[in-house]
Amino acid sequence: MKDDKLIIGGHEFHSRFILGSGKYSLKLIEAAVKDAGAEIITLAVRRANTKEQENILDYIPEGVTLLPNTSGARTAEEAVRIACLARELGCGNFVKIEIMRDSKYLLPDNQETVRATEILAEKGFVVLPYMYPDLYAARDLVNAGAAAVMPLASPIGSNKGLATKDFIQILVDEIDLPVIVDAGIGKPSQACEAMEMGAAAIMANTALATAGDLPLMAAAFRQAIEAGRKAYLSGLGRVLTRGGSASDPLTGFLRD
Amino acid sequence: MVKINGEERPVQGQTVADYLEKTGYCRTRVAVEKNGEILPKAEYDSTVLEDGDVIEVVSFVGGG
Repeated sequence: MKDDKLIIGGHEFHSRFILGSGKYSLKLIEAAVKDAGAEIITLAVRRANTKEQENILDYIPEGVTLLPNTSGARTAEEAVRIACLARELGCGNFVKIEIMRDSKYLLPDNQETVRATEILAEKGFVVLPYMYPDLYAARDLVNAGAAAVMPLASPIGSNKGLATKDFIQILVDEIDLPVIVDAGIGKPSQACEAMEMGAAAIMANTALATAGDLPLMAAAFRQAIEAGRKAYLSGLGRVLTRGGSASDPLTGFLRD
Repeated sequence: MVKINGEERPVQGQTVADYLEKTGYCRTRVAVEKNGEILPKAEYDSTVLEDGDVIEVVSFVGGG
């Protein structure tokens, strides 16, 4: 397990839990990162506001890799613009592409995402595209230079869990890049299940932000993700289609 | 007038560095786009805002 590393764009990570930073107090970020054991945290880029003197970067512990997203982008060009501004903010070259033209379901536009991935990979970004779990789109993302793919489990912020389970499994089986399950994971058991299926990592935000005790939930997710990873590395036990199979010896019964 | 983050402001003639400082932005925590192009930090001091410029000043916020 010590040698079990997550490699994204040539960068090595030991944690398989990518933490979101939205919808909760900046003051909780340090505890969340620590209790999650997270080495990557996502951020958004917005128009700067001078009324808020606090900056999120002051709350993120050193050594944590920043993963800016392109939320707000409706086209590949808008995503590229946001990614370039994020890089200018001086925090590395990772980017999570997030392109959506639908404000009700917040589903990603795979076609625009492939275009943006191609442009940003060409510009030297480590590109992690958020996507709808479609095999052809995932293959296009690989060819476009993505460093990982981030299929959604269910709509963003819904906490509904692995609604797309079978299709994520196809990506895990067929795509030769880390498959990071993003969006919709609502509780640790769902994160664990995705990891058991062979997901490389889990990204969660709302599940923590809406939990009763955020750092405690971060710790729970960490353990669930680690458990799921260990189970995957072990290989799961088989499932019988019918009947049972005794775990105890079938001889030496105290009878006859 | 200069359009900054969507609002018209009478700040033509000021440098970008002056504008950021007077307005209360921390220049190490923002990125600036001028007329659709990223303005490198090294050019904040020498870039003078002109009538009709469109400026975006952005920073990181929490997000997922």
